[in-house]
Amino acid sequence: MTLTMPQSVQSEIRTFVIENFMFGQGAQLKDSESLLEAGLIDSTGVLELVGFLETTFAIAVADEDLVPANLDSVERAARFVERKLKESSIAG
Amino acid sequence: MCGIAGILSLDGAPVTGAHVEAMVRAIAHRGPDAQGLHVEGPCALGHARLSIIDVAGGHQPMTNEDGSLWITFNGEIFNYVELRHDLEQRGHRFSTNSDTEVILHLYEEKGDACVHELNGQWAFGLWDNRRRRLFLSRDRIGVRPLYYTATPTQFLFASEMKALCVNPAVRREIDLEVLDQIFTFWAPLAPRTILKHVSELPPGHSLSVDANGQQLQAYWRPSYRVDDRLKNADACADELLDLLTDATRIRLRSDVPVGAYLSGGLDSSVITALVNRLATDRLRTFSVTFDESEFDESRYQDDVVGYLNTEHSRIRCSNADIGDVFQDVVWHAERPIVRTAPAPLYLLSKLVRDSGYKVVLTGEGADEMLGGYDIFKEAKIRAFWASQPDSARRPQLLKRLYPYLQNVQSQPDAFLQAFFRVGAGTSNCFFSHLPRWQMTARMKILLSADAQARLASYDSLAELKASLPGDFDTWDWFARAQYLETAVLLPGYILSSQGDRVAMAHAVEGRFPFLDHRVVKFAASIPPALKMKVLNEKYILKRAAAAANLVPPSVTRRSKQPYRAPEAVSFVTPNRRGHLPEYVETLLAPDRVERDGVFNPVAATKLVAKVRAGRAIGIRDNMSFVAMLSTQLFIDRFINRAA
Repeated sequence: MTLTMPQSVQSEIRTFVIENFMFGQGAQLKDSESLLEAGLIDSTGVLELVGFLETTFAIAVADEDLVPANLDSVERAARFVERKLKESSIAG
Repeated sequence: MCGIAGILSLDGAPVTGAHVEAMVRAIAHRGPDAQGLHVEGPCALGHARLSIIDVAGGHQPMTNEDGSLWITFNGEIFNYVELRHDLEQRGHRFSTNSDTEVILHLYEEKGDACVHELNGQWAFGLWDNRRRRLFLSRDRIGVRPLYYTATPTQFLFASEMKALCVNPAVRREIDLEVLDQIFTFWAPLAPRTILKHVSELPPGHSLSVDANGQQLQAYWRPSYRVDDRLKNADACADELLDLLTDATRIRLRSDVPVGAYLSGGLDSSVITALVNRLATDRLRTFSVTFDESEFDESRYQDDVVGYLNTEHSRIRCSNADIGDVFQDVVWHAERPIVRTAPAPLYLLSKLVRDSGYKVVLTGEGADEMLGGYDIFKEAKIRAFWASQPDSARRPQLLKRLYPYLQNVQSQPDAFLQAFFRVGAGTSNCFFSHLPRWQMTARMKILLSADAQARLASYDSLAELKASLPGDFDTWDWFARAQYLETAVLLPGYILSSQGDRVAMAHAVEGRFPFLDHRVVKFAASIPPALKMKVLNEKYILKRAAAAANLVPPSVTRRSKQPYRAPEAVSFVTPNRRGHLPEYVETLLAPDRVERDGVFNPVAATKLVAKVRAGRAIGIRDNMSFVAMLSTQLFIDRFINRAA
């Protein structure tokens, strides 16, 4: 379970990015690719991404979390969600 | 203001007048007052007239005293009074009171160089029978349009491409590279057009056609050289105001009443105030207002109307109104467009026409000439940041950008900074525009696999770079940014899709004092630090307006709000009859998208679904939707139906 969950998170985020920002045309997208450098998210893209993460994974994204280190690639976003989920499970 | 058309037979065979008449009929909306035709051997000229100057005597095509020259002319020569006086002193005799005849006599006197003397907005075709030569010219900035093409036996020209398309010998095919340009710069790079076999005469150019072929010549282009004499802000503002006043004065020359557009912004308010001072009758003004407060400027319009006591009419534009007229807008714009902003102006010109007016003065051009656009401010902050890239404070200024865009304002700092950290510093010739162009170009992801493959080796930036003036690299970044706005976006979008086409759709002529070439030249010599003082845009214009009490203080103090209109939401909002625009469903259906071949039907469907679900909140999604829909409309009207 601990091995499969991050993959599932990553694949859900990947699907969202491809569907929402690339309209399904993202087969070539690497999970480590910078979404900003690839021009995939515009001025509102990060807001859409955060909205998706909060709704789908029931996490709360704080202002200080809103940095490229957490959200600028599929991989980073997945690690960020995983960390948040762990934190909430420990807290809970 | 009018529509012009003509055919020159390349093999010397006589031309059939009926072919030019058909071309004129296709652009009859530009000139509903009269139609004219002149056929002379291998050349035929046609004209659809909107009578403004010398209503009784200015019929076209027009000839000179001995019948050796014939002209078909669209536009206005505002200094025709002075030019006529000079020509009469030199012995020329006039038979009309029109500005058209002035061009004929000036051509007799100076040949092709006559265009240097003209102050105005024009596109004309002049047949020189002695030299068996057709001479075409277009004004410096590109206010009036002129297109041309050639078949194996004929050269054809017209004000609009649709007039060329009535000829079955003209091939109609989308130029994907130009679509790439529009999906990057918002505009085609003239002389190329979205139709592969049709060219646009670029602004500031002339073209001659005779037995030796075609010769394209540039007679003017924007140039920037700071005049050190203008370092004193008050003196600079005074000189600007003098020039603008004279530019406005000669733009009031008309034998029909002249009104003004009033957006509530600084530029149109200044022009309205100058007209008001020069006019003898109470000025009639016109504006558009929006249901959505995000776009609406009626509060400022009311301030100016009250301050200047004009007789004002306005039209309220709902989201659905845009959807209702958008297909007509694309028909008139004759190209894919990435914004809906031309649609409300299409409705506004109808209001003007229905009010009995044919001519309006507007504030177009001030943002380009005097540094008003946000892109200049954006580049200034980025340049300031680029000189100290490790600074934590400098990028904080990015928050000062786009105060009217809520989504930008709520974006996290780190992402805002990452978005604008583009380009290799100010030495990059496209430094100012790269973030915008790169964001816009992302919409190419919607293109079909075939279209993407055909564009794989095309580089629109390289094509633009190859067309830049030789000394471009020696200009400061502000001048370079101004050039890009003036040479690309202004003629290719602002003055065409958002200007001439939507005004002339209802036979309304726009006149633009800020685009008087004397104003343009002067503005290009103002130091950038005075155009934008710190981050205060159009500082010199504000100073001039305040010193002369031209406009209410609320207008000079307000923050810049560029003219915008509701975008994708316009196509999913039911109109007053409860209907959605049917063409959206038809043209964006997957099978239709696949058949037309430009877009990927899967991607198109997902974007449409996002818009319909109300999730398309970003600039790029909205632009992508409008660009895709307008391209499909263009294909429908200009490719499929014509075929």
